[in-house]
Amino acid sequence: MVTPTLTPTEQQIWQLLEEVSDPEVPVLSILDLGIVRGVRMDGDEVHITITPTYSGCPAMNTIATEIRLRLLTEGVTKLSIHHQLSPAWTTAWLSQAGREKLAAYGIAPPQNDTTTGHVLKLFGQDPTVACPLCQSDNTHLVSQFGSTACKALYQCNDCHEPFDYFKCH
Amino acid sequence: MQATADASALSTYSPEVRQLLFNYVLQLADTSLLLGHRLSEWCGHGPILEQDLAMANIALDLLGETRSLYQYAAALEGRHRSEDDLAFLRVATDYRNPLLVEQPNGDFAHTVVRQFLFDNFHYHFLQQLQASPDQHLAAIAEKSVKEAAYHLKWSAEWVVRLGDGTEESRQRIEKAISKLWRYAAELMMPTPTEQALQKLGLVPDYIALQPSVDAYLAQVFAEATLLIPQNVPPQLGGKQGRHSEHLGYILAELQYMQRTYPGMKW
Repeated sequence: MVTPTLTPTEQQIWQLLEEVSDPEVPVLSILDLGIVRGVRMDGDEVHITITPTYSGCPAMNTIATEIRLRLLTEGVTKLSIHHQLSPAWTTAWLSQAGREKLAAYGIAPPQNDTTTGHVLKLFGQDPTVACPLCQSDNTHLVSQFGSTACKALYQCNDCHEPFDYFKCH
Repeated sequence: MQATADASALSTYSPEVRQLLFNYVLQLADTSLLLGHRLSEWCGHGPILEQDLAMANIALDLLGETRSLYQYAAALEGRHRSEDDLAFLRVATDYRNPLLVEQPNGDFAHTVVRQFLFDNFHYHFLQQLQASPDQHLAAIAEKSVKEAAYHLKWSAEWVVRLGDGTEESRQRIEKAISKLWRYAAELMMPTPTEQALQKLGLVPDYIALQPSVDAYLAQVFAEATLLIPQNVPPQLGGKQGRHSEHLGYILAELQYMQRTYPGMKW
């Protein structure tokens, strides 16, 4: 079967990208995460620029493949996906809708989006993170490093459940 | 899909500068590759699950940085060698990493000290590298420095916990410091390649970097109630290809697949 080639508008591309989810946190679309940095039409060719959340993010290739597949089903065959490192991804780019989806999924969203400076203060300088299960503020950091690069591990002192925190970056 | 360096930006460099940059970027890539690989050896062997995960996460960040650097090195070289060729198909004497990062893991204290000495340098170095007029290096630094900050916090807190911990932990970290200190100086001992690029203003000058590295080390060691070793003769050579016996063993494991099944993918 030959899929007819179609030239969509930039707005249609953004709408399609909203349907591509992050493979590691599937409740979030790649737009919620702020991974897509730009969409540009060059004649009938679509250029999409994406940025990794972390340098070693193993999901980047999967995300690029899923963008390609999603657009292909709409007949978009001329597509270039570009990688961009700068400006570096930050949790400040996480959409409000994305933050709400994370909390509902059981992952505490980032508390503030300050960058690196604060990190070097040792011990006890960790943000107070509300438990996404019982909403208690009485929680503690177990480890800055969790099940994926973007998460830290916390535990609630009231309901005792461990939970993921999408850490500031 | 790979990020490829913009060829037009590279053509502004003379062949000599391009060669210098290739050597420099390769040195940075080899360094994060080797340390990332060392840390990955802990996977499944950490003292507790959370620290096992922490070391695997730090390894992943370092390997991510490694990829960006090898990709850029491959573009600078322009001889159709890929990032994988550079990582997997070179011989030990071609690797340019400082000796510190190829040292074996030892016990947890040994790994923590190795990591802290590297992280303290790496974080402050990347802070400066962000201002490089070379846009590729600046972008890689801007990305990695945020990760390096979390690494440094992790290793610094462990230096404090072990140093100001139990009799056993203190004895172990002191032993690690005495074994590893000789390798610390090489990190900021410039090679002719580094000196040439520093002179051109393309990369951070270690002399300007030294005070912030020293100050943070002094702060962490004070909190850990540990003494900073004095007058330790430095062990040098890794950045110029003279390695300890450990590198060969790492490469034997790291390169086995690509050497045995050239070009294999999975």
